[in-house]
Amino acid sequence: MHFMSFVKTSFKLWFSGGRYYWAWIVFLGLLIVSGAFAYRDQLADGLIVTNMRDPISWGFYIGNFTFLVGVAAAAVILVIPAYIYHWEPIKEVVLLGELLAISAIVMCFLFVTVDLGRPDRVLHLIPLIGSPNFPSSLLAWDVLVLNLYFILNFFIVSYLLYNAFLGREYNKAVLLPLVLLSIPAAVSIHTVTAFLYNGLPARPFWNASILAPRFLASAFCSGPAILLILFQILRKTNGLKIKDAALSKIAELMAYAMFINLFLFGAEIFKEYYSNTEHLVYTKVLFVSVLGKTSVHYFMWPALICSFLAFLLFLIPKTRRNIYTMNAGCLMIFFGVYTEKGLGLVIPGLTPDTLGEIYMYAPSLTEYRVAAGVFAVGFLIFTLMVKAAISISLGETVMLGDQSRDSRI
Amino acid sequence: MLLALVFIMGFPLSLAAAGNEGFPGEVQIPPPPFSEGIFPCSNCHKEMPVNPKRRILKDEHTGIVFEHDAKNRWCLDCHNANDRDKLKLASGALVDFSESYRLCGQCHGTNLRDWKAGIHGKRTGSWNGKKTYFLCAHCHNPHSPRIKPVTPFPAPVPPEGKFLRHGSAGK
Amino acid sequence: MKKEITRRDFLKKSAGVAATLCLPAWAACTQDNVEAFLREHFLELSPQQLTKVLRRLEKENLKRFGKAGTIDATPAMKGVVFGYGLDISRCIGCRRCVHACVKENNQSRKPAIQWINVIEFNKESGIDFGEADPYYCSPGSIHNKAAGEKGSGSSTQELSKEQKAILQNPESQYPLYQINAEKPKTEAAGGCKVPRADHFYVPVACQQCKDPPCVKVCPVKATWMEPDGIVVIDYDWCIGCRYCMAACPYGARRFNWSEPELAAEEFNPDTHYLGNRPRRRGVVEKCTFCIQRTRKGLYPACVEICPVGARKFGNLLDPESEIRYIMKHKRVLILKNELATHPKFFYFYG
Repeated sequence: MHFMSFVKTSFKLWFSGGRYYWAWIVFLGLLIVSGAFAYRDQLADGLIVTNMRDPISWGFYIGNFTFLVGVAAAAVILVIPAYIYHWEPIKEVVLLGELLAISAIVMCFLFVTVDLGRPDRVLHLIPLIGSPNFPSSLLAWDVLVLNLYFILNFFIVSYLLYNAFLGREYNKAVLLPLVLLSIPAAVSIHTVTAFLYNGLPARPFWNASILAPRFLASAFCSGPAILLILFQILRKTNGLKIKDAALSKIAELMAYAMFINLFLFGAEIFKEYYSNTEHLVYTKVLFVSVLGKTSVHYFMWPALICSFLAFLLFLIPKTRRNIYTMNAGCLMIFFGVYTEKGLGLVIPGLTPDTLGEIYMYAPSLTEYRVAAGVFAVGFLIFTLMVKAAISISLGETVMLGDQSRDSRI
Repeated sequence: MLLALVFIMGFPLSLAAAGNEGFPGEVQIPPPPFSEGIFPCSNCHKEMPVNPKRRILKDEHTGIVFEHDAKNRWCLDCHNANDRDKLKLASGALVDFSESYRLCGQCHGTNLRDWKAGIHGKRTGSWNGKKTYFLCAHCHNPHSPRIKPVTPFPAPVPPEGKFLRHGSAGK
Repeated sequence: MKKEITRRDFLKKSAGVAATLCLPAWAACTQDNVEAFLREHFLELSPQQLTKVLRRLEKENLKRFGKAGTIDATPAMKGVVFGYGLDISRCIGCRRCVHACVKENNQSRKPAIQWINVIEFNKESGIDFGEADPYYCSPGSIHNKAAGEKGSGSSTQELSKEQKAILQNPESQYPLYQINAEKPKTEAAGGCKVPRADHFYVPVACQQCKDPPCVKVCPVKATWMEPDGIVVIDYDWCIGCRYCMAACPYGARRFNWSEPELAAEEFNPDTHYLGNRPRRRGVVEKCTFCIQRTRKGLYPACVEICPVGARKFGNLLDPESEIRYIMKHKRVLILKNELATHPKFFYFYG
């Protein structure tokens, strides 16, 4: 059985690794255990163990979900420039993007699940079994497109790897249409997620048509930021052959994306402040302490500054080619977009609430632990997949008899 | 308190049939909220001579604070001088206390109309059937009709997170 | 039809799966739980299935409160669409409605869940939610903070004996001026009386929109509008995602963040499946126009308690109804009209 041997080999790869590999795995394992215990508390006592309450009924979980949908989308959108600029090794770039997308989507599912009051009824979302509210509920759509996207990416990755494992050349006629299909699919998952917020006239901060374009632009910054760092790590550890030129090309694209992101954000800010209607208060939550009660501005200002600095770093050829400034830029973008799209999106959207109440929200310890656990699950999946995939894909591990070598970590 | 108690106890026993003109559907009105032992007025007033002189009462009814257009009005504009068990309309026609709304409606015409339609004042019972109306005097003290401030029931408590204090970031 | 068959097939197969899923918690996995897990959507239940569900829930009540009570599922009356009127020129902000509602509808007492939110505005600004104060006459009031007057108003959540008596028998409030004349019982309670000078009150609960955003966004059809216009929630179908709460422009929906606490002696046993039957944690709830009362012809509990008669209720399809009279003769105000949710809750100036 080829497939069983494929699985066996993967297992073998997972259990072989250096000291850093195991330290990383144990670290993730600890986070997962801590998250699991926190989630058990949440299941036992209800969502009261979070700091969400009626005025702010969504919080950290949904913020992370939104950010990760962006990561999932952007990782795959990176396939476009990979094709256009003929980056070598293109197969690996595509593969890593897809793997990141898969892990990000798993995290998305987990974040939605931990946010549910009744996870035991999650089947109600599934067509035929439950009663998904099509076509009117965007959350139902989101579940659908995320699932499709997950299946699509999973299939592409499995197909690529399995063929590499068998030492076969993959069939371009099968793969290319699917990869191309995954691009609009990536755009659609993030658009639907943006529409999920966008379609709520009760929340003026979200009810701005610029939200979906902003989501895509910022995703195009944060997704590649993660990939850039990953490429470098894998270059060191797994012998992934990716040139500096490709990296700085990605950084250049991120500069453009960040420009669009900042521009769209600025356009929104202008509209709010210049019109100065009663809706301004939500935007104010981003920048000042409203009635001395909100605290989003403490991290929103640094986030904006980081985004802007990263934009400059990636715009100037010299700094985007320098590996240190580039990595600094990536971290700043990560922080900037994570803030802007996480709590910087959710809290001002809900503060003040629809009747003017200002409830000061900050995640509880349980929320941090559960979220860290979810991230750890995602990273673990990603690590394991990458470890197997890179090794197989680079031809280090093929099925044919004794030719198989263990990976080099 | 005692007064209210008497009222409650008397309430379900005797529901006066209201005049049906202008009322939608089946309507009941409880009897007027008299203080204990005060009605019939004729018990005391029968023997007393009528003093039609406008004045401030010093011997009886001293508990009454009169704040109902006091400049232009006094007792006998509404209470019938010769038969104290009746009220008197501007036309001179007499009405029972159980129909006091006719008296009030002389000035407060829109309110009377709204009241009959079920819009002004309280209704209980059935939205599609038998209702209980209340007389003007059940809510408004006829001598001082403005609704007085009351102590509210408990307020909600602002939501609090585990490690947060509501508004604690403020000055 | 097709859907039903698929579903039934699925259910058969999933019985085994369900049993497996339950293995770790075998003790909790009674036949009732499996039945609840595999149930159909409320609107697809046959009359027999519905009866079964109701009896199972009554059994659950019996276990929880020591009395089963009745859970009925009285359907909407023909030719009736409910509408509500609230006279903001009369409301005095006494919050009796809030507590009568809690008593009638079996809300959680701890943490306290209230469906009606009475908001104080000042007359100069009008209905400006930036100035809203739902905590007037309590330490949480924005005025207390502004003026630094600590402790004005009572911080107690407990109803006094007198207040409980009023809730028990709303008619005991009359003549109203007797109640009005009451002396403050304690310093704290006497510190604040309503209506406060220069302020007015707008009680907000579910506006029973004709185009409800909450129904639109619910991912699992756990909330819908009944033929009589009442927007209801199936507490046994809701997955607790709280999208409806984000979508509601009136902050009308409440979430059971923890297991609701309701003492057995406070349990109102006359309930409706879509209304006041006791809830569990992790689901959303809200005002249902007292569906358990109004479908039997009674006024909602808040109408019955309102001491000043500011609350009006009736059939929008009946030209002779009180609510239609209001719409014809009074100036009506719709909250957040610009959102085109078309509430069936009309504020008016009497």
